[in-house]
Amino acid sequence: MAHFDENAKPFSHQWLNDRLAIDTLKRVLSTEYWIPKNINFLWAMGMVLAATFGILLISGIFLLMYYQPNTKLAFDSVNYTIMTEVGYGWLWRHIHGVGASVVFLIIYIHMFTGIYYGSYKRGRELIWLSGMLLFVLFSAEAFSGYMLPWGQMSYWAGMVITNLFSGGSLHADGLVEWIRGDYVPGQAFLGRFFMLHVLLMPLVIIGAIVFHFGTLRLPHVNNQDGEEIDFEESARLYKEGKKAESKVIPFNPVFLSKDVFVMGIYFIFFFYLVFYHFEFAMDPVNFDPANGLKTPTHIYPEWYFLWSYEILRPFPTDPGLIAFGFAQVIFFLLPFLDRSPNVAPASRRGAFKVWFWLLLIDMIVLTFMGKLPPQGIWSTIGLVAALLFFALWIALPIITKLEKKL
Amino acid sequence: MSNRRDFMGMALGGFTALGGIGALYAMKKTWDPLPSVKAAGFTTIDLKDAPENVLVTEKWRGKPIFVLKQSKEMVAKAKKSKEIDRLIKIGNDYYMVAVGLCTHLGCIPGYDPSKEGFLCACHGGQYDSTAMVTKAPPPRGLDIPPFKIDGTKLVLGEQGPEYKKMLANGITLPV
Repeated sequence: MAHFDENAKPFSHQWLNDRLAIDTLKRVLSTEYWIPKNINFLWAMGMVLAATFGILLISGIFLLMYYQPNTKLAFDSVNYTIMTEVGYGWLWRHIHGVGASVVFLIIYIHMFTGIYYGSYKRGRELIWLSGMLLFVLFSAEAFSGYMLPWGQMSYWAGMVITNLFSGGSLHADGLVEWIRGDYVPGQAFLGRFFMLHVLLMPLVIIGAIVFHFGTLRLPHVNNQDGEEIDFEESARLYKEGKKAESKVIPFNPVFLSKDVFVMGIYFIFFFYLVFYHFEFAMDPVNFDPANGLKTPTHIYPEWYFLWSYEILRPFPTDPGLIAFGFAQVIFFLLPFLDRSPNVAPASRRGAFKVWFWLLLIDMIVLTFMGKLPPQGIWSTIGLVAALLFFALWIALPIITKLEKKL
Repeated sequence: MSNRRDFMGMALGGFTALGGIGALYAMKKTWDPLPSVKAAGFTTIDLKDAPENVLVTEKWRGKPIFVLKQSKEMVAKAKKSKEIDRLIKIGNDYYMVAVGLCTHLGCIPGYDPSKEGFLCACHGGQYDSTAMVTKAPPPRGLDIPPFKIDGTKLVLGEQGPEYKKMLANGITLPV
């Protein structure tokens, strides 16, 4: 049986330690969780994401108090009650809208940092997979949240995205009607997406974030050279006071202080957007109430979905759906499609360097084309960029197989 | 000993699975469209006063229904291209009646009377005046809602003999 110190005062350090092992927890999770020294500001994106998620959660709680999940009331509860009546309601809405958009910018930076430095290989596969799972969950969370103001873009995005589940020629209209709970998006649809947005998805996301942190603990974060660090040896040196010789620093307080610095810069940018440029996250079309008898002239998703939307668009229905499905899952397979054993920055990996920059540029081109109307030269550029996307993923196993071992 | 534990494990697992399946079934049914939603499915529209080459939009089950009375030239063109079967004939007049949702992903195409055709702004699909697809990505012409002819009126939601014939000939898919 565990030993409990009879003389320890309730809630004293000793008392808590006997009951919760707080010293051990603190050591394992923070003061002796080692981070390599050889990193840069891009390694702070994880904590920036965690902080942004926290801000989304807090602003969401305040919006939830006045939002009405009813097709007749939803639009006004957002655009009238929250925006004009509720004290600082506009602040929560703008934080929530800007946060939902910016969180994807940081996710993409976080993802491409991982791709550039090869941080999905040699023991780090589960970090990549759980991260991709989070990307999918955040996408579902963003989509379900976009339905809630019940404006024209909400309604028609809901219509188009749920129609994807008819599977093209499979013509599974029953499934689509089941998902909507109606022939078209209506009260049943709004109610269930409200539930998903405020309860089920956030719960699953929080679980996935904990899992993502868990997958990181044993392999540790990568570093700028992809060097395999002997963490035990480096930790011993650090604890002996030979901090200069050691290749690592503790997560808390040393790395966290760097994180907090990057977060400080980030939040200046974030709140600049919230206060002065919130309109970029507020589509003007969504300030018209939902109308099932009128499609807006241009329907496009938020900027972070444009690249995959553009992959769907140039093809006929069935190949388009297959292409779209491919684009959604292919990033999951990255650790297995990259056949090279090298964990190193892309700049030292020959053909992979070209692959990385082509992929990044191609996705930016797809993003721009997705926003433009599907006509003339834009259609052609979109088609070429979509085909290049597939060519790149097919080429990946071949070029990495041929890569020289560093 | 081990057998007894296995038996208890399997018995517990079996009953838990049974309960789980029951719960999943209940959850599935909870997501189903409500009976009141299903029941509100019949609409009557009168075609008598529909003007030629002007698109009229009605509403059925929350979906827009396009009605386009065909001009003589449009009928002649449809006869030539064999799309005449897509039209509903009442007396000597021909009407295009279809669900006004693009068969690609469900946007509402817009009608241009000067070009006598539809354009879907979402992904660039096009249809002619019989609502047959003329440019991808839509896989087929606009779907025709179930209808029954009643004089100059159409009852949407009910399946008349003309509609059943269209279904049998593969002119439209069931909506």
